Amino acid sequence: MSSAVSSLQRAAEAGHRPLATRDAAWVRYTLTAIALGFLALFLLLPLVAVFGEAFRRGVGAYFAALSDPDGMHALKLTLLTAAIAVPANLVFGIAAAWCIAKFNFPGKSLLITLIDLPFAVSPVISGLIFVLLFGAQGWLGHYLDAENPALPWLQAWIIEQDFKIIFAVPGIVLATVFVTFPFIARELIPLMQTQGNDEEYAAITLGASGWQTFWRVTLPNIKWGLFYGVILCNARAMGEFGAVSVVSGHIRGVTNTLPLHVEILYNEYQFVGAFAAASILALLALVTLVLKTLVEWAHARRHA
Amino acid sequence: MSRSHRSVIPGFGLSLGLTLTYLSLIVLLPLSAAFIKTLGMSWDEFWTAVASPRVVASYRISFLASFAAASVNCVFGLIVAWVLVRYPFPGRRVVDALVDLPFALPTAVAGIALTALYAPNGWIGALVAPYGLKIAFTELGIFIALTFIGLPFVVRTLQPIIEELEPEFEEASASLGANRWQTLRRVILPQLVPALLTGFAMAFARALGEYGSVVFISGNMPMRTEITPLLIITKLEQYDYKGATAIAVVMLVTSFTLLLVINLLQKWSRRHYAV
Repeated sequence: MSSAVSSLQRAAEAGHRPLATRDAAWVRYTLTAIALGFLALFLLLPLVAVFGEAFRRGVGAYFAALSDPDGMHALKLTLLTAAIAVPANLVFGIAAAWCIAKFNFPGKSLLITLIDLPFAVSPVISGLIFVLLFGAQGWLGHYLDAENPALPWLQAWIIEQDFKIIFAVPGIVLATVFVTFPFIARELIPLMQTQGNDEEYAAITLGASGWQTFWRVTLPNIKWGLFYGVILCNARAMGEFGAVSVVSGHIRGVTNTLPLHVEILYNEYQFVGAFAAASILALLALVTLVLKTLVEWAHARRHA
Repeated sequence: MSRSHRSVIPGFGLSLGLTLTYLSLIVLLPLSAAFIKTLGMSWDEFWTAVASPRVVASYRISFLASFAAASVNCVFGLIVAWVLVRYPFPGRRVVDALVDLPFALPTAVAGIALTALYAPNGWIGALVAPYGLKIAFTELGIFIALTFIGLPFVVRTLQPIIEELEPEFEEASASLGANRWQTLRRVILPQLVPALLTGFAMAFARALGEYGSVVFISGNMPMRTEITPLLIITKLEQYDYKGATAIAVVMLVTSFTLLLVINLLQKWSRRHYAV
């Protein structure tokens, strides 16, 4: 029986649909050609252009551009930002999915909408709001200028340490955390909702503690979804441009992430350098797509 | 009463507390800063900031280019999704994975790549330059960048719906004497409308706020090719924090309205496809 079904499926997949619901050959070929042409023009060609421009002056110039110390620093800052933003949003994502999927409480759908908010906000505005909070013109700035501040020791400490958020690394991290906030939570919430609570009930009935249930029952069940969310979150964290651009101040070798470094070089007409740095980010995007596809296949096989 | 409803699963207080604290600190508090900042402005001040000719010109170009890009994505996104689901061809899985490229590729990289292609001396720009057509540094360039950014939204919204289409409807239509074109127009397309609208709204919303992929290719001429997010940055660089924030609030209200519309569309869509 199952083999009959799968052979039917295979037949359908191979294009042998029943005649009534099958498109004429010329329709199929034309539409496929249009789709592939469109994708080649809009997706493939820009990707090729990145590598083409990066290697325009040859391999030597490419690697010379890559070993630029400012570029190296930008790469390190990008990795550091992602290394803070992704785990922070991972912990939040698990907590949010746990309370939303395992419990019923009033305001749940509002909470889900609020978690999605950062996706609706323009990257530029995501940066602006942190400037408003922590910039020299913002609340923090007013606090530092205040004559009689609340918590005077805090004011003194911040001034003494010259602790800066905007035009400094903390601002870059904050803006990145904001922009990548929903990624992991929104992968996990629907996944944990469909999985239901039966296995957790069973574990707890058998005497497992809450943490044991989480580590041994829930986590193995959600690991692929979790990994998927982490991949997407990481890609955005490393590639974010607009939000980071607003809060960074573009100080070379200090607050430049890799995407900002690309912009600076490009605006200085150092095209090989700009595209060499861009090619690193493009490679990262390709690795992201490959990992994402592998996770989807693994998931599909499990549910086949 | 409430006791009997309590779950035996622990961790409600901890997980909800953590979620609400983190959400408030990272998202709600900073977002409210924008709204609170504009409360300090007088109505006249606010109106001048959000309705001066240069700002209105930026709304116009942002809105029109986003609308055009989302519309084109609906047409080609539908064809791409249809081909990916219905017509097997060698390399389909690779092509399918490639559709997500705009999600994965940093916007600044997309921006400089598209500019390299469409600038007058670029790969494609040089081809059309002899006919007097300029793409980069015009409205057309903005449209191209926004099309790139929006494509996956339409394809990924349509794909699962096309996969779930019941072949019985098409068979019934054919057996009742409809030809393939009639079946497509009267049976298949109406079923795709909710998903298509959702994809359109998502691509449109994303395009309105887009910055990185557009700044390089647009040329950034005030009144002509200056998009609204760029204008916010320009105001910030001139230390006009109030002006920047006022425009940001207009954009935020627009985005939240679109988010609401998308949520309603998705609800409608779910009800539509549940039948």
